[in-house]
Amino acid sequence: MSVFLQQLINGFFIGSVYGLFAIGYTLVFGVLDILNLAHAAIFTLGGLSALWLTTTAGLPGWIAFPLATLFSGVLGLLLYRVAFAPLRRRADSNLSGLISSIAMAIVFESCALGIFGARTVRFPEGMFQNRVYHFQSITITSLQLEIVAVALGLMIVLSALLKYSRTGKAIRAVAESENTARLLGINVEWIVSQTFFVSSALGGAAGILYGLYFDALAPDMGRSIELKGLAVIILGGMGSIPGAILGGIAFGLSEVLTVELTGMSNLRDAVAFTVLLLILILKPSGLLGRGRARQA
Amino acid sequence: MKLPADLPAGAASRADRGLAIRLRRRAAEVVALSEFFAVYGSLINFAGLNALLALSLYVPLSAGQLSLGNAAFAGIGAYVSALLTMRLNVPFPMSVAAGGCLAAAVAMAIGAPVLRIKGIFLAMATLAFGEVVRICAVNLSITGGAEGLIGIPNKTTAVMIYGALAATAYFLTALRWSQTGWSFASIREDETAAMVMGINTTRYKNVAFILGAFIAGIAGGLYAHLNFIITPAEFGFSAEVQLLIYNIVGGTRSVFGPIVGALILTAIPEALRAAGVTAGPLRLGVNGLILLLVILYLPNGLSSLFAKKR
Repeated sequence: MSVFLQQLINGFFIGSVYGLFAIGYTLVFGVLDILNLAHAAIFTLGGLSALWLTTTAGLPGWIAFPLATLFSGVLGLLLYRVAFAPLRRRADSNLSGLISSIAMAIVFESCALGIFGARTVRFPEGMFQNRVYHFQSITITSLQLEIVAVALGLMIVLSALLKYSRTGKAIRAVAESENTARLLGINVEWIVSQTFFVSSALGGAAGILYGLYFDALAPDMGRSIELKGLAVIILGGMGSIPGAILGGIAFGLSEVLTVELTGMSNLRDAVAFTVLLLILILKPSGLLGRGRARQA
Repeated sequence: MKLPADLPAGAASRADRGLAIRLRRRAAEVVALSEFFAVYGSLINFAGLNALLALSLYVPLSAGQLSLGNAAFAGIGAYVSALLTMRLNVPFPMSVAAGGCLAAAVAMAIGAPVLRIKGIFLAMATLAFGEVVRICAVNLSITGGAEGLIGIPNKTTAVMIYGALAATAYFLTALRWSQTGWSFASIREDETAAMVMGINTTRYKNVAFILGAFIAGIAGGLYAHLNFIITPAEFGFSAEVQLLIYNIVGGTRSVFGPIVGALILTAIPEALRAAGVTAGPLRLGVNGLILLLVILYLPNGLSSLFAKKR
């Protein structure tokens, strides 16, 4: 029983990182109806740039990590300028956007490979005082607590911003209808750029937390989370922020539970993707998604 | 003109000398050609297979359906045909055909529910299907798990690959101008309008999906019997994306687009290697840049450069 509880807690921790990653994905989809497959590459670069700032530049974590997050946001702006903005007027912009984001993902990944090499790297030891807490038979480290606190904190801040701030309201207006938003005097280009900045910054932050959680960073670490993030946002409903958070945690739990119940670690993703396929077939709007009148 | 030093003694007359030189040149050409094939033979084979796989995705794309499951169908074909050859000693052509047929049967089974989904959601559903197939291959014992199948007899030849490619290209060109082809094109342009015109869109979308899966299955079977070893990872997400890249770079307005795209993109890493670019990241980056430039400036692909201006 205690092993089971421990697994549930582990699933919750990793699920919060998945949720943070998926929020960025779903934010761009909600606003632009575009699947940004370069999100995972920015996730990777966020983690690797944080590593560079802490080791090569020698900055302490509390400066390096926010800097790396901002850097990821700037990469997001670059991504939007190069890959999405020129395609906005095209009729098939959601498919061509998907493809140009794949192209940018390849370019980003080759940059990561060229700069950091193909090997797996880790944050320097002793950067954090990693205390270990024991509650009866359950073990939790302070690092895990910090990771989950940061992830949940960022999610709450984003939700609040979207709900109450002026920019957040403008983002939601653009997501609802671009033309109406323009009529209301909203600078749509500017809002979309900001959406990309926020989305990519969150993706980069998720990369840092992921690297800390697993104590490993590699240029291809985005590959494994790319499809999981996709599964999460479909589970939660495309474009839905609470859906992405809950979907992320549900995905994390399903991973550990599958391993726990079947004893086969290879089956970890099988349940998730089967559920994903079923949801797409039975209820394409996702568990929390708003019903979409128009598709494609 | 200087005479080669080692001409036979009897080659005194001008004509004889010319013949000897020509013969030697011819021999040198033959040697050069066989050397070329020895060095680049595997590249030529893989380029042909990639072109065949690209065509398998071209079929659903030509009906407006973005499927990302074709690498998984190729995987099904590869595993089925390899297992039939290795375990049951089924003759090679039959095992490849069986692989193609089983891939098509799976496509028929999942096509009915999946093809109701549109656009990007269809892409994601087929992607999820591909992942499920890959995970199955990793977990089943008959497929050899993550290490894959090893020791598949080498039976595929370049003639077979290019024969299959030529036959497929010919068939798809003929299909393009048939009623089925026009139905595909009308669904791609506007599905609602096609439906209103009385085209059974569900049926034609299924036909395109199944046909694509069949071609992918055949290509997978050929690949398995060329490569000695197959692993689940080869048929995963990156492979799906690679097929899409071939189609986009080449263009999907005609059968030749995907072929051109696959041939060029398979050859480019070798060309770069010959040009002295050995760093892996740079070669990867060049592929990404080509894709980016094509999607930004040539939305109909490289083959639109050669198409007649209308």
